[in-house]
Amino acid sequence: MNTNEIIPRLNEVFRDVFDDRTISVSERTTADDIEDWDSLAHINLVAAVENEFGLRFKMREVSSMKNVGDMINIISERGR
Amino acid sequence: MKELCFPFDSQNILRRRPALRKQLLSDGTVRIKKKIAVLGGSTTDHAVAALELFLLNFGIEPEFYQSEYNKFYEDAVFGNPELESFAPDVIYIHTTSRNLTKLPAGPAVRPEQVERDLNEQFAYFRQVWESLMQRFNCPIIQNNFELPLFRHTGSYDCWGNTGHAAFIERLNVMLSDYARSVNGLYIHDINYLSAVCGLTNWHDTEAWYLYKYAMSTAVIPDLAYSLACIIKSLYGKNHKVIDLDLDNTLWGGVIGDDGQDGIEIGPETAVGQSFTEFQSFIRGYKDYGVLLAICSKNDEENALSGLEHPSSVLKKSDFVSIKANWEPKDRNIAESAQELNLGPDSFVFIDDNPAECAIVEGQLPMVQTIHSSSVHDAMYKLTRGGYFEVTSVSDDDLRRSEMYAANAQRAAQMKSFGSYADYLASLEMNAVICGFKPVYIQRITQLINKSNQFNLTTRRYTENEIQEVSQSSGHICLCGKLLDKFGDNGIVSVVIGRIDGDILHMELWLMSCRVLKRDMELAMLDELVRHAKEKGIRTIKGYYYKTPKNSMVAGLYGTLGFTPDEKHENGDSVWHLDLEGYQNRNKVIKILEKENEDEHK
Repeated sequence: MNTNEIIPRLNEVFRDVFDDRTISVSERTTADDIEDWDSLAHINLVAAVENEFGLRFKMREVSSMKNVGDMINIISERGR
Repeated sequence: MKELCFPFDSQNILRRRPALRKQLLSDGTVRIKKKIAVLGGSTTDHAVAALELFLLNFGIEPEFYQSEYNKFYEDAVFGNPELESFAPDVIYIHTTSRNLTKLPAGPAVRPEQVERDLNEQFAYFRQVWESLMQRFNCPIIQNNFELPLFRHTGSYDCWGNTGHAAFIERLNVMLSDYARSVNGLYIHDINYLSAVCGLTNWHDTEAWYLYKYAMSTAVIPDLAYSLACIIKSLYGKNHKVIDLDLDNTLWGGVIGDDGQDGIEIGPETAVGQSFTEFQSFIRGYKDYGVLLAICSKNDEENALSGLEHPSSVLKKSDFVSIKANWEPKDRNIAESAQELNLGPDSFVFIDDNPAECAIVEGQLPMVQTIHSSSVHDAMYKLTRGGYFEVTSVSDDDLRRSEMYAANAQRAAQMKSFGSYADYLASLEMNAVICGFKPVYIQRITQLINKSNQFNLTTRRYTENEIQEVSQSSGHICLCGKLLDKFGDNGIVSVVIGRIDGDILHMELWLMSCRVLKRDMELAMLDELVRHAKEKGIRTIKGYYYKTPKNSMVAGLYGTLGFTPDEKHENGDSVWHLDLEGYQNRNKVIKILEKENEDEHK
């Protein structure tokens, strides 16, 4: 799956999890860019992304993802 | 909200939580506010977030306190000023098998040691509850323990001396035994819940190490829903009626076409057997005080002939309302509700026809519909839906259908009398009006938390608060039981007054709608005045707090001869009654000084 296919779907997940229709994520988006991105939201985000793309992040991935780009790389490898 | 009714889409709830929350909070529903302290043995954020949604959907607006991570024991046993000042209405102890510290270490541990460890583990939790009970007068909900997914010895784990499953199952029995022996402790059965979700879906080792979640995020909505069911049950927000379709819901086939001989119910066929199980299952709800009704598109005669089938478990007399006609079902449900003096929101409607379910949902969205695609499906949805979650069983629950049947007889008798006064006299009513005796506490609590219409202040109390106020010398508490020639209506009215010098402030006055227009309120006032005078009271102050449901008593104090003192723009009012020269109002109910023999059983 390529980045262009992933971003629109990922964007919908972000908009739902943060309840903000104005969010527009890019590969460079980090937790600092989204006000409500706290630990609870992060867990929701991980679960929702896993569900949306039918994959399971590895423990190391969950704790080391630095930005949306990292997430997209994993999805493009293993997502559906 | 449909998204939050069982069966729900857990992933959708987690993902769209903020939007769902916003939608609930802005839908204009009036909710009761409750403070819930969550003391966790693991991270509780997610459970709390999901619990909030389900409670809002049940008409409860929660405010939460959360203990620091895994500080449930410290908060409970050593106290915490923050928790103290939060003053919870409910305490939930969210612990799981992850919090067990005494699981047998290996096969070498001696049985005597396992026994000691088990007792110590139990004592650890008992200390938590006892400390909380001492400090807070509120219901405590405690998870029991789920079975482990991983095990060394296979089946031996559940019966071997040092098996972990064996240890957990024994501990769970100790929890249940203890909960039955005290008031105000409720077990949340995550042992069942984890089994029904599947232990492979429940346990998530990674979520434990990443987030310190004691279960996978995917099942947290299941946990929260099941917990919300206990809480809404404590606050009297259960459903009350199962309204059933007949053809292909209670029996196989169509009675109008197939006739009594042609429908499938009973031991002859597999389908017949499954409907027998279903009818028995439904009858089980009736035994716990749930009312049963019928809503079927049929000629009444045909419908009844189905119930007269020799193998039918359910009989005509099991139903408090039977609507078998060709009117739209939503209209029939609304009529049944009116007859029973209940809101349509206390109905659960079951039909095998999805179109009928959709019509009812469209016309009466407050009715909970269950589409029964099979007997198994309907029983599963009834079970997991938690519509009739039981947190206590009062004598009243066990006799509820009987009492409604007596009401139908009274209604029939009323028609044969020229005047209402003659009718009331003909009922040969007796009342016992007394303080809150221990045997009545459960029923009183139940009544206080579910009466909405004849309720002047709609103040809610927990069982512990009722215990406390019943022993207080600063209060006058009365409960009234009404009997007549058709039967015993049980405790139907409750009054709590707070003494302040020579003034009695009416903190609570309610009556069950089951006995409206029977002059029971007059009898209660007479007795209240008598008790008040004995305590040197000269004035009773009455308060009416308007809610969307209690307009029927807006003018009650006026009718009873109270003088208005204040009338507020929001509809609330304050009244007083001088007791000097008070003349008894009740003429038709005989007040019994002593209780019946059967109450001492």
